[in-house]
Amino acid sequence: MRFYGTEIDSRLMLGTAQYPSPRVLADAFRRSGAGIATVSVRREAGGERAGSAFWDIVSDLGVAVLPNTAGCHSVREAVTTAQMARELFDTNWIKLEVIGHADTLQPDPFGLVEAARYLTEDGFKVFPYTTEDVVLAGRLLDAGCEVLMPWGAPIGTGLGLTNIYGMRTLRAQFPDVPMVVDAGLGLPSQAAMAMEMGYDAVLLNTAVARAGDPAAMAEGFARAVEAGRLAFEADPMEPRDMAAPSTPVIGKAFLT
Amino acid sequence: MRRATVMGGGVAGLCVATELVARGCEVTVFDPAARPGPHSCSWWAGGMLAPFCEGETAEEPVVRLGKEAADWWAQQGVAVARRGTIVVTLGRDRRELDRFARRTDGHEMLDAAALARLEPDLGGRFDRALHVSAEGHLDPRAALIHLRERLGRAGVAFVAEPGRPDGLTFDCRGLVARDKLPDLRGVKGEMAVLHCPDIRLSRPVRLLHPRFPLYVVPRAGGLFMLGATQIESDDRRPSVRSVLELLSAAYALNPAFGEAELVEIGVDARPAFPDNLPRLRRQGNTIHVNGLFRHGFLLAPSLARMAVEAACDGTKPEFWHEDHD
Repeated sequence: MRFYGTEIDSRLMLGTAQYPSPRVLADAFRRSGAGIATVSVRREAGGERAGSAFWDIVSDLGVAVLPNTAGCHSVREAVTTAQMARELFDTNWIKLEVIGHADTLQPDPFGLVEAARYLTEDGFKVFPYTTEDVVLAGRLLDAGCEVLMPWGAPIGTGLGLTNIYGMRTLRAQFPDVPMVVDAGLGLPSQAAMAMEMGYDAVLLNTAVARAGDPAAMAEGFARAVEAGRLAFEADPMEPRDMAAPSTPVIGKAFLT
Repeated sequence: MRRATVMGGGVAGLCVATELVARGCEVTVFDPAARPGPHSCSWWAGGMLAPFCEGETAEEPVVRLGKEAADWWAQQGVAVARRGTIVVTLGRDRRELDRFARRTDGHEMLDAAALARLEPDLGGRFDRALHVSAEGHLDPRAALIHLRERLGRAGVAFVAEPGRPDGLTFDCRGLVARDKLPDLRGVKGEMAVLHCPDIRLSRPVRLLHPRFPLYVVPRAGGLFMLGATQIESDDRRPSVRSVLELLSAAYALNPAFGEAELVEIGVDARPAFPDNLPRLRRQGNTIHVNGLFRHGFLLAPSLARMAVEAACDGTKPEFWHEDHD
């Protein structure tokens, strides 16, 4: 799995917020083998690297760090946060969130495209948190993004893929763009479904962090992601309406 | 052990000093301020003695040891209210209450009428609630001052400038002890105090919310403590966003809080180790009592007892670690 030319071993990405403790967070990474950790810099930031003890813990996980602009409601906030993240984590990767609705945390598509263009020109490798909208996806690619992170459902809901048709369309429209289903997943089966549809990876936070046993849930998701990917690569059978017996019926004593 | 030094006059230091004095020890406490105050993070605590509720996210020892706290504080002569805790959710988060109930013990589910009987000012606002009856709460500042004064009367010297330690040292400096404990980190907590004589609550109320959890602890004289954020940072500046969240959540609990006087906004950083569990860590002639995280008043009594037992009786209690250079 490659993002902006960087090889990542795992197709599972985990957020780092809301865990009962940093140790549980580390256990979740260890058991799941997740390859990328997303980190919110905005809330934890303060003067003089006030959050550095926690960031050191994240760095010690030994996985790639993808800072995000969670909680930013305007292009300016998102750009400033991205620039701060670049200095703090010494990476030009940024998961770009521009929130358009405070209650549902839905992305602001207009601000997202504007911020993505600005940050790309500034040398960032942008991972935009977007909806399943195909037109918006096209604009983000035009703005220079080489990865897309469409939501399955609104952040923290655990509803799974709420617009399966839209997700299939998006995948079919841009078959060669790495796409990560970000947000809204609650169960491993939902992650498996996203992977079966050909998505390249999934990103989770609440579903793991708020589970009763986060490390076990992380492992459950890791296995589901692997299962879903294997199924996608194996070229699944086409469903059909009529039963098709796997052994021939002719010649069997079926009239007894 | 005849003599001992305690560094730090927050909840951990005062509890350790109290246990030492009970063993007949001659104690000196080093603390930059003469009395309990805003320099220690326990000054900003909620004062909930709620081991069952904490079990939602805390590990098992917090629940088990936390059950000893209410008795310990009462034995010291601190006023402990033992009327339990109420846990509620707003309408669209109602399944959060089921999740909370599954993951904690010691509660019973109340319907609207039963809740109104216990807390009339929450009546009609919630169709169900959990009552965790075996929990309590205290006024943390009154408790700290009470211990401090009693220790003073018992002959404990409180000294501002750290001098040569006499005998064994109990280092209870919280986050300041990071110079000796590199794996200690700060977890920022913001709180507010409101004066709202229009609302009466007899026990702490927890509002479960996926993004803005809140607890309200009633204090004497119509005061309410609202807490608390939990942010991975040792920054000590209260943010507008956090205070907005706390106040909005309180307003959602009962709109009469909108008429309250905003008395105080507080912020500090809790000392925590990576597993958010405390440590008794021996380094040479020093025993560190630290990492109490958000459980200062809940765990300090047990930790103090264990630390002093280890020092006097040579036991190796839970959370005991020895650092060898």
